[in-house]
Amino acid sequence: MEETNGGKYPVRLHEFLEIIEYYDNFNDRINFLIDYAEKFKRVPENISVKPYPPENKVEYCESGAYVWTLAEPNSTFKFYFDVENPHGISAMALAKIFDDTLSGETEESILSVPDDIVYKIFGQSLSMGKNLGLTGILLAMKRDVKNFRRMKNVE
Amino acid sequence: MQEVLDHVYVHSDMLVTTDWVNEHLNDPGVRIVESNEDLLLYPSRHLPGSVQIDWTVDLNDQMIRDYVSRENFEKLMSANGIDNDTTVIFYGDKNNWWACYAFWIFQLFGHTKAAVMDGGRLKWEKENRQMIKDVPKYSRTNYKAPMRNDHGIRAFRDDVMEHIKNNLPLVDVRSMEEYTGKRLHMPEYPNEGALRGGHIPGAANIPWAKAINPEDGTFKTFDELKKLYEIDNNLNPDDDVIAYCRIGERSSHTWFVLTYLLGFNHVRNYDGSWTEWGNMVGVPIEK
Repeated sequence: MEETNGGKYPVRLHEFLEIIEYYDNFNDRINFLIDYAEKFKRVPENISVKPYPPENKVEYCESGAYVWTLAEPNSTFKFYFDVENPHGISAMALAKIFDDTLSGETEESILSVPDDIVYKIFGQSLSMGKNLGLTGILLAMKRDVKNFRRMKNVE
Repeated sequence: MQEVLDHVYVHSDMLVTTDWVNEHLNDPGVRIVESNEDLLLYPSRHLPGSVQIDWTVDLNDQMIRDYVSRENFEKLMSANGIDNDTTVIFYGDKNNWWACYAFWIFQLFGHTKAAVMDGGRLKWEKENRQMIKDVPKYSRTNYKAPMRNDHGIRAFRDDVMEHIKNNLPLVDVRSMEEYTGKRLHMPEYPNEGALRGGHIPGAANIPWAKAINPEDGTFKTFDELKKLYEIDNNLNPDDDVIAYCRIGERSSHTWFVLTYLLGFNHVRNYDGSWTEWGNMVGVPIEK
């Protein structure tokens, strides 16, 4: 875990934030994020196929984002995503960033990510609705991770 | 600007087809403006020659809940190479919500040489038309705007209260769940801070989405729209109508339909909408 700007972040997310903060020009930052959106990979068919189960749908995300969380044997998690709205570029970018930086992390690391991460990535010009919708992706990941803990405790 | 549409509306010249836009991509008298909800969408790909005008950054004052001043509107237009004679064509995501919102704000500043591209970004993409990443650069103009006119097509809370007293028609264009108070936000959207759920007393619920064909985002035909608003919901083209939603974006879509496609004479958009009314002290609501 690395500390930056008042928050604790898993190492790869911390490194990502350091890079994006380097882009102080708004247009450069946007283009950097679009590169991520273009690398976005949809959930593979061996994990889920359409129509997706409603329990995987991200609440409040108008881009139609879905999250699948798999517990890995070494107490880490792997995340898969889909974004149904072809215009949901921001959701695709964020999903790719989360896959790159949070897949393979532990419960503690994932739950430690501050919910204001979306503002740190996209900047303050994001509308309140858009910000909350994108934050829903992280909240869904955290919800899944907590559910795994509950199930483990029951066992 | 005369356009051949599949359907005829009362003011068909305020709507252009994707074919028309394709033929005018290099027309120096035309500026194509994309306005979206997602800030990353335009930079990812857009119509050749189009510029982006963002509702949050460009059209809203950053310190007051209001639209930009005349001076800042002039700066915005000049920076985008738009002069007073330029025909501005709006398109965008979300079935042209934000395009209609930007169009409406342009009308507050009297820029009447404007139209909306029917179907917006969705239809253009579905037709596999050209989209590029290059952002065009236009020579700066010296645009001159009149003072913003907030009286003709914009309603404030006091206007709405007066409207209620006079039993005049209000149209709530949100989803049924928002209208009845079951939700404080539109489906799939977060709650953006309204304390109460419900609607303004006396408002009829005519969700904006009923006015479009979801498969390509185009507007329904004149006859279909007439049935929806005039026959099924008893509105009359001479009525004094106020439309509202959550922040005024969906209701600007309905304002466009009523004003230009059906030819209603006096429609206003209450942009304070539910985020103001649902939080205001001392005002009544219905569920």
